[in-house]
Amino acid sequence: MTSRRLFLKSSAVAMFGVGSAPAWLSRALYAADSPSPRKKILVAIFQRGAVDGLNMVVPFGEKRYYSLRPNLAIPRPDGTENSAIDLDGFFGLHPALAPLKPIYDAGHMAIVHAVGSPDPTRSHFDAQDYMESGTPGRKATSDGWLNRALAPQESPSPVRAVSLGTALPRSMRGQNEAVAIANLNDFQIKDTRGAGTFESMYENSLDQVLNGAGRETFEAVKLMQSIQGQPYTPAGDVQYPNSPLGQSLMQIARLIKSNVGLEVAFAEMGGWDTHFNEVGARPTVGQLANLLGQFGSALAAFYQDLGDRMADVSVITMSEFGRTARENGSRGTDHGHANVMFAFGGGIRGGKVHGQWPGLEQEQLYEQRDLQLTTDFRDVLGELVVRHLGNSQVASVFPGYELPKFRGIVAG
Amino acid sequence: MKKFGITLTLIAAAVLAAYSTDYSQFERPLSDDQKILHALNRLTFGPRPGDVEAVQKMGLKKWMDQQLHPERIVENPLVAERLKPLESLHMSPAEIATNYPPPQVVRAMTSGLLPLPKDQEARQRVELQAQRLRAKQDGKADGQGKQGKGADALQQAMRQQVLAASDPVERRKLVADNAPQQVLPYDLNEAKLYRAIYSNRQLEEQMVDFWFNHFNVFLDKGADRILTSSYEREAIRPHVFGKFRDLLEATAESPAMLFYLDNWQSVSPDRIQEGGRRGLFAKQKAKQARGLNENYARELMELHTLGVDGGYTQNDIVEVARCFTGWSINQPNRGGEFIYNDRVHDKGEKIVLGVKIPAGGGKEDAEKVLDILARHPSTARFISTKLAKKFVADDPPPALIEQMAKTFRDTNGDIRAVMSTMVDSKEFFSEGAFRAKVKTPLELIVSAARATGAQVDFAVPLATQIAQLGEPLYRKVEPTGYSSANSEWVNSAALLARMNFALALAGDRVPGVRVDAGAPDNSVATVARQLLFREPTQQTLDSIEKALAQKEPTPALVAGLVLGSPDFQRR
Repeated sequence: MTSRRLFLKSSAVAMFGVGSAPAWLSRALYAADSPSPRKKILVAIFQRGAVDGLNMVVPFGEKRYYSLRPNLAIPRPDGTENSAIDLDGFFGLHPALAPLKPIYDAGHMAIVHAVGSPDPTRSHFDAQDYMESGTPGRKATSDGWLNRALAPQESPSPVRAVSLGTALPRSMRGQNEAVAIANLNDFQIKDTRGAGTFESMYENSLDQVLNGAGRETFEAVKLMQSIQGQPYTPAGDVQYPNSPLGQSLMQIARLIKSNVGLEVAFAEMGGWDTHFNEVGARPTVGQLANLLGQFGSALAAFYQDLGDRMADVSVITMSEFGRTARENGSRGTDHGHANVMFAFGGGIRGGKVHGQWPGLEQEQLYEQRDLQLTTDFRDVLGELVVRHLGNSQVASVFPGYELPKFRGIVAG
Repeated sequence: MKKFGITLTLIAAAVLAAYSTDYSQFERPLSDDQKILHALNRLTFGPRPGDVEAVQKMGLKKWMDQQLHPERIVENPLVAERLKPLESLHMSPAEIATNYPPPQVVRAMTSGLLPLPKDQEARQRVELQAQRLRAKQDGKADGQGKQGKGADALQQAMRQQVLAASDPVERRKLVADNAPQQVLPYDLNEAKLYRAIYSNRQLEEQMVDFWFNHFNVFLDKGADRILTSSYEREAIRPHVFGKFRDLLEATAESPAMLFYLDNWQSVSPDRIQEGGRRGLFAKQKAKQARGLNENYARELMELHTLGVDGGYTQNDIVEVARCFTGWSINQPNRGGEFIYNDRVHDKGEKIVLGVKIPAGGGKEDAEKVLDILARHPSTARFISTKLAKKFVADDPPPALIEQMAKTFRDTNGDIRAVMSTMVDSKEFFSEGAFRAKVKTPLELIVSAARATGAQVDFAVPLATQIAQLGEPLYRKVEPTGYSSANSEWVNSAALLARMNFALALAGDRVPGVRVDAGAPDNSVATVARQLLFREPTQQTLDSIEKALAQKEPTPALVAGLVLGSPDFQRR
């Protein structure tokens, strides 16, 4: 602790000279001294490609689930790894998500079922766009919900909003500074002779687009210098999986622990579009099981690594839409409607499957084929924005959706 | 008459005002010099030294006309020379499957289900791979391998150094022995970059890039690894200036697309019972109940033709999917070809966008769908808009789009004619379009190689850089392809990577690429002018001069700073 604080202070002096450190850095230093005024942090994870929520959180108490999915259904809990993990006598976790069960039992993981976007589109592109803009059905929205979720601030940290990856996702775009970082260690001008000159060029450029992006870049570069060069050791014996999501979450954890002013972070995982061979020889193995295995182990590692710090952190997972209730002809599922979301964190009211279950009988299905929506995704995200991030301006975060119905996911 | 004209203008102005977007910038013409630079920036991957003068000499009109008719342009012999060793480019998918076998094929070959390759070298390779597969199965240790970051990035950098030092034939053998399937992305990436950097038929290469991206497939989705080469070569390239309808059908029938969007698996649920399966895999296949798959039908309308607001419904998607049942592939993993399987085709009546397709049809059901879609006005508008966004500006003026869409409709989707309309328009050569586009990663890196007159002997390291900037070639997972919008490419991490690339390239530190930064006594302004083909902005010039006043200015550093400057990021 002391060493990091000293390091931060000395790098602040090195960067800005005594007495001229900007406000965000003073805050970071202050935070390193005392945990009390730490900011709340929201981490959003997007499962791109539309995960099959009905196999992620299995409604094993629903008879029709088994008749709709003769080849795909996860068997009812029987205590073996080839069956669902019982949560509440009706829902069960896919067995590949076993690493998450202890978090659920500790009350730090909540599940929302039959949740999603009310827009009927079954286009990945549109549905992701709507979910990320936070305005289903409105294409003209130019910024993303996670960017708007940031409260106005004087002299904000240049890394208050970080996306792991090479491109800034739609969720993060907008007026507030947000950066995309593929790897914290690579975030620098490698040839020191060029750094200052590039900074001056972009800082003075009359090209509005490049000037803005350039300024953000160089502010973030400076801040990263305080982290780079120190090897990162996760807490205890936590091992992050070597998957892209695992590595992304490890870097987010590193940013959080460095107290550099992170408020919102974004990571993603693809490959969920399981039209074909979703399952292998058994319903509990194969493509989806592998993906969920990577997903669950990465999230569990993040939770364990942050330990007590999870008191300040909430993680929310989402996917653009669910998949057909009925399996298709190629051992897979097609584009559907409602889906499932996970929320993790010390402030999450976990150990519970939230939301209203609409049932899977033919007349209960959306357009007679998909899981019906009973919770709007903005109800969940809105609650996190208001009760976790403390931003009460929910109407500007989700324009056109002024009164989200909170489901009690965040402990009040 | 005149009065009527004024009234029309007033109405037009009112409409413009109602949409509140100001397109007046697209009314202001460019100077002659600006026009030449603009044409080179938009219709090529960026000017090379001497290009501006060459266009001046030939005349802009004639040069553009040539670019629209690539067969009239004498090709740079370097292209053929560089492509020659890249053997997989000329192979059929079946030959690729044999020579660069995926694991399933290796297993089939060693278990006697498939013949071993005749070629001695290829046969040795199969045996080597079979050994590795067995070891992996026994050990199961390195299950996660691949995705690592730190150590693997270093390894990758070292590997590229080693490969760059080898000659092309030796290099390919090294890659093929290590991982035969890796040759395929290497060959594709190299070929794309050699053509983009060296070809004299620049607009053709831009169009191949545009249409591949429009009809995107993902190289790493199973059999697409072996199907993508022939897809670009046979479905895309021959049609880039042709009739849209031909391009559409070529992609619809291509194994690469049928596999990527799952149509090869889509069968009529009603006909599964009738068929009666025979043969080796009958039992296994019978277990996998098959049915309708809507994936291709949806993307065909949303992304390939009508556009998402083009006026189709979920019901149309189902009907189109029914028309395409039976459009399939014969053994995709072995490089099989397109087959139409009438036994699984939906024989019922379908109604697509209000047009009745009578019961009892066969393969022609889907061809009728392609007819309906190709001549639908939404398609004319959607394709014209996308072209204008790529070649003119992110928010192109509606009048230009309408002009292009009209040509599309009038010529039955003649792509060359639509492009002619675009480059002949006043909007194309206007202030609104001039330097309005931020270069995509591919455009940035190729334009830098061209501007510096780089000698590229191994292009994979350049492809790696493009991937790091966010545009891995042939590896866009989503059927949307990459966006050409400025906002897509301007963000901190990518901007930083652009600056780092610029310094590395000019400093001659990119493996496989040789750059001569020029004479040491050139002034900053001279270097900048040579690379930008125009005067640098005062801000860029001042920043470089100020910085270098204190240091020893090497030509490489100056060039690197210019290539990483805001000035070089636009085209």
